[in-house]
Amino acid sequence: MTMNAKRNMQVKKVNPSNLIAAAIIAAVYVVVFVLEQIMPPTSMLFTVLKKGAVYALVAVSMNLLNGFTGLFSLGQAGFMLIGAYTYGILTIPVAQRAAVYQYYDGGLVQFAMPVIPAMILAGLVAAVFALLIGMPVLRLKSDYLAIATLGFAEIIRSIFQWDKLGKLTNGSNMLRLFPSFNDFNIKNANGEVVVYLSTLVPFIITGVCVALVVMLLHSSYGRAFMAIRDDEISAEAMGINLAKHKQQAFCISSFFAGVGGAMLAMYSNSVQAKSFTSAMTYEILLIVVIGGIGSVTGSCLSSFLFVACSEWWLRFLDQKQMIGSWEVPLLRNGFRLVVFSVIIMVVVLFFRQGIMGTKELPDLFRKKKKASEAGKEGAAK
Amino acid sequence: MKKVERVLELENVTMQFGGVVAVDSFSMHVDAGEIVALIGPNGAGKTTAFNVITGVYQPTNGNVKMRGKIIAQGHPTGKMKKLYAGTHIGEYGKLISNTPDKITEMGVARTFQNIRLFKNMTVLENVLVAHHMRLKTGLLGSILHLNMHEERRIRQESLDLLEMLGLGNVANEKASSLPYGKQRYLEIARALATGPRLLLLDEPAAGMNPQETDELSDFIRDIKEKFNLTVFLIEHHMNLVMDISDRIYVLDFGKMIAEGTPQEIQDNPAVIAAYLGGDDE
Repeated sequence: MTMNAKRNMQVKKVNPSNLIAAAIIAAVYVVVFVLEQIMPPTSMLFTVLKKGAVYALVAVSMNLLNGFTGLFSLGQAGFMLIGAYTYGILTIPVAQRAAVYQYYDGGLVQFAMPVIPAMILAGLVAAVFALLIGMPVLRLKSDYLAIATLGFAEIIRSIFQWDKLGKLTNGSNMLRLFPSFNDFNIKNANGEVVVYLSTLVPFIITGVCVALVVMLLHSSYGRAFMAIRDDEISAEAMGINLAKHKQQAFCISSFFAGVGGAMLAMYSNSVQAKSFTSAMTYEILLIVVIGGIGSVTGSCLSSFLFVACSEWWLRFLDQKQMIGSWEVPLLRNGFRLVVFSVIIMVVVLFFRQGIMGTKELPDLFRKKKKASEAGKEGAAK
Repeated sequence: MKKVERVLELENVTMQFGGVVAVDSFSMHVDAGEIVALIGPNGAGKTTAFNVITGVYQPTNGNVKMRGKIIAQGHPTGKMKKLYAGTHIGEYGKLISNTPDKITEMGVARTFQNIRLFKNMTVLENVLVAHHMRLKTGLLGSILHLNMHEERRIRQESLDLLEMLGLGNVANEKASSLPYGKQRYLEIARALATGPRLLLLDEPAAGMNPQETDELSDFIRDIKEKFNLTVFLIEHHMNLVMDISDRIYVLDFGKMIAEGTPQEIQDNPAVIAAYLGGDDE
């Protein structure tokens, strides 16, 4: 998914490992497109792929902050909420507004925007909030920053449910009836779907956003962010304005979290502030840690694995299962979460670097160098 | 005779933390083209003086001038009014401070006593970071890679610099994988890449053996000529200091106890006492 950027990067010398990676990414997109045409749209696979794409974007945005700039922020759910609401408020068709805002006289906003501009605006509004909250909060270091941003997310969640803002946010009622992923499907005159795009489009949106993040990381600003992560004091001595660059990283991360929030709204067909809990932030943090702090590829991979495990592959643990005439013990509603937690503990204990460590997709195909480096690392341990 | 530019000047700089006076009314100057050393026993306040110059601390009292312009100035405020134990009170009115990145932009580069490289980045990237402050492209242009030309130029400049300092063959290695001595050189390379007028070296020879130290003195003289630098360094290796310095300042318990040419310092009884623990307090 990150490869669009990688491709642009290598203008001078095209590295074979980058080509392989680009080919893999392209293949993934083709497979997604083909699968969607031939498999029934209700298949669990597509639920996982859609939600995975959404989480991949949010995880990458969090990784940009936590893994590449060294700012331990836990405000992601708050910025997603802002993005989701911005998107919802701006795109509900005018005709439906009376039904959605039934307790608030049809609401304040009486126009509807196209989907893509609304998504970009969702990101921008989240970024503006980040700018405002960042000014006081980014002076804080590590744990204190985490606490402050977590607090911010909780406050936002309450404010959006506030009755007095109901004309805009619909209070504690949900926003719904706005365009969702299914509206990307191309239909013929009879309303039958001709080409299924409801999974491919979220993949493309995430792909473009992640590509932008990768391009950022490969730019001078990306290097400045990583310098801040590695050593603030010497980054400052290199002429990097800490306040300015932290603010930039924070706003960019929030922008993509906002877009991710808008995508989550499209995925779930409705938005309700109370669902954007801190548990959501922890889920994303978990994805980042499992994927590897400091690896965009890792974040993308692990978000799909995470969503697949939590929504699909472990579902069977929640029901009674028979092997022949023998009933497997322990399996009952909720057991899935127990197994899931154990898996996470094992991953954190034995793969401390996460799936990818700090490697990216093309690194996997650089044979000689990587092998010698891995040897060195092993020796160091 | 041409008047020599005064690159750096400290005027009665006092740096006090709580009740501890780390630097006590220290005045000194470095002229263009000089190599000046700051020496003194451990805990004498040398690194604190560096941190005042580079904007990490604002002086409690006194000021710092770069080429005649005041870049930092302080007088005791708040609680410090009562605690202040230094002299020259009331002479420095306006509070002036600059963050370290601003000082670097003004042409002061530094290295650190305990090496502070960007460990997870490559050697080349470490040097590239130093070019960031002079980047002409904005954030959006950089993200979209509209500055390939500029990027290529700073890459080439950085590679040339690494080549010149004998680090060309390790440009793509991780900084943390370099041997200790090379890490020191990389820190200097990174500092040079910011395009300084004044280079501050905090114990550049720490941990080096006598032979490496000899190489370092040639190296410092060399880069001074090539980059048209003024050098101000803290060092404990007396051979190095006596070899390359034009002038030396000696700090002991925050106070300057001597100033002069290497020969004058070697013969100064106060300096000998400070180093060998003589009985003059």
